[in-house]
Amino acid sequence: MSATPTDIDELHPLEKEGPRFGIKKPAARYDKQGETPDAERIETAMRSFVRDFGANVSTYMESCIHCGMCAEACHYYVQTEDPKYTPIWKLEPFKQAYKREMSPFAFFYRLFNLKPRVTVEQLEQWQELLYDSCTLCGRCTLICPMGIDIARLVGLARHGMFRAGLVPHELWAAAERAEREGSPLGATPKVFKERIEWLADEHEVEIPLDRERADVVVTMSSIEIMKYPQSIVAIAKILAHLGENWTIRLDGYEATNFGMLSGNADWQKDMTMKIIDAAIRCGAKLVILPECGHAYGALRWQGADMYGGPLPFRVRHVSEYLAENAKNGRLKLNKAGKSVTFHDPCQVSRRGGATQAPREVLAALGVELREMQYGGDLNWCCGGGGGVVTIHRADDLRYKVFELKMKQVDATGAEMLVSSCSNCRLTFDDGQAHFKWDKSMHSLLELVADNLAQ
Amino acid sequence: MDLLDFARGPALLWSLVILVLGVAWRLAGVLLQKRRPDYSEPRSTAVAAGAIGTIFRRMWPRKEFQARTAYSTTLSYVFHIGLAIVVFGFVPHILFVRNLTGLSWSGLPSGFIYAAGVVTLVALVAALVRRLTHPVLKLLSNFDDYFSWFVTAAPVVTGLMAVAHFGARYETILAVHILTVELLFVWFPFGKLMHAVLFAVSRGTTGALFARKGAAT
Repeated sequence: MSATPTDIDELHPLEKEGPRFGIKKPAARYDKQGETPDAERIETAMRSFVRDFGANVSTYMESCIHCGMCAEACHYYVQTEDPKYTPIWKLEPFKQAYKREMSPFAFFYRLFNLKPRVTVEQLEQWQELLYDSCTLCGRCTLICPMGIDIARLVGLARHGMFRAGLVPHELWAAAERAEREGSPLGATPKVFKERIEWLADEHEVEIPLDRERADVVVTMSSIEIMKYPQSIVAIAKILAHLGENWTIRLDGYEATNFGMLSGNADWQKDMTMKIIDAAIRCGAKLVILPECGHAYGALRWQGADMYGGPLPFRVRHVSEYLAENAKNGRLKLNKAGKSVTFHDPCQVSRRGGATQAPREVLAALGVELREMQYGGDLNWCCGGGGGVVTIHRADDLRYKVFELKMKQVDATGAEMLVSSCSNCRLTFDDGQAHFKWDKSMHSLLELVADNLAQ
Repeated sequence: MDLLDFARGPALLWSLVILVLGVAWRLAGVLLQKRRPDYSEPRSTAVAAGAIGTIFRRMWPRKEFQARTAYSTTLSYVFHIGLAIVVFGFVPHILFVRNLTGLSWSGLPSGFIYAAGVVTLVALVAALVRRLTHPVLKLLSNFDDYFSWFVTAAPVVTGLMAVAHFGARYETILAVHILTVELLFVWFPFGKLMHAVLFAVSRGTTGALFARKGAAT
């Protein structure tokens, strides 16, 4: 049924004040999957949210003192000064549910209805805060005077949102496609195989596929496969240079984990287990993760827990692998001789602990490293992490926070901008096109491959 | 039994019982929950050092955040230190604790304590004004924030009134002062005042988890 003129006046009234005469900004919009009744959505959301709770997360839920400092660390708040982007506010319905259902004084909260039940309308409203305006970058975690890991809580809240069918469509569809086809962006085993054959032929490099036994298993990000395939050539050249016995396995190559980003813990496990099983099958001693931020968190720090015990192989981000081999002298590099600034992928540096690895690689390349103000562990996020770059309605906000990033980069005056995350690279490329910016993002991996000593 | 006897007798006893049992219940309710093993290969095994280091490091914002948090950090430091001076430095408070526990230490000059009390109150009022006016704090604040402020400020106000012999008969003001402290004891386990205990648990948790990953805290 179409809306009547009265409905339209009520739903979308004219805004006559202010310089922008037009339709009043509509209420927050949200996406919804499935036809589940609202009450069931709420119950499922909260059950999934608390599923992975334990002493650590409960400690965080008990500890907030409402000081508001986390806002000052968040690029969304800093750029908009809109208080709704205060990181801990993004957890408000989940804090409410925790107090009512799980906290040590839950019986008081329920008895006197001090914390009312969370409504589906609240969750719908919070979808924008939990997805569009949080890249899970974890800068807020470093400012909190109580030490609350707010980014981790947002990740858990996303579990609840996924189960409630309240995920932005793009992220939901990417996760569903990844679970069904093995890749969120169409890099299916068939497509990937064709690409590898073409790249090997075109660049005259050997890209070993599906070896039964290999010491090293290389994984890729769909973004690299589909948009930056030169990364595949780069890693092949480097591993040949190092004389590794390596392979790419079509039964476990996709390192991105949209199960994790969208909040589906079961799919997260499925995606992680594909890589783990493939590596075990060929007796790998090392799995190299690609230039992808969240892939590092998913396998390096959460993979063993999905597996249920210590992994029988090491897991390293490609920047760590390069740094190890630069230090032990196996990786021989020419001097690149440029001034470079490095953009730290949040999940590898701040939240992954591998902040120094790319710097060691850059030192081996002999570049002049010009650190950004607040670089390294306190680096501003590019704005595309946590799946945000996939969400179209979040574009304007994403460009707003990207302005902060451009300023940070420009202030260094470096000739070259480098990172070690293809999702950051994608976000930079999009931002560059949007703002007609004169800086292009380069891959650390490709920089190394271009400067291998003969 | 007059009001002062009530404040010094049963009210004190029961408020302390609620304080101790409440804190124990809330802490146990959190700490005794399941702890999942972490099977990832650690980058560092110095998790205890990470926990302790973070407990101390978070006493002050990192340099990257100092400019944006200078006002609230200063305000918080002023009233926390002010409260500590008044609570632990005032001779009558020390005598009160000695009567209860046998513990004793030397006090600070009364004039200094009065000044500290006034500065603390000014900082507390400034913190309240900030909470009522800053868009982020306004949005975040709930009953707990305002009531916790009240039970913190009330003993300071009534204490200053008692030493100034202002407002009512000394014994009455003193009784009200003690009762306001007991109100703080009773509220402590239920609201955000628990941060006086939880700060170490929460910071230590993140410190340990991040140290394992070799990540900065």
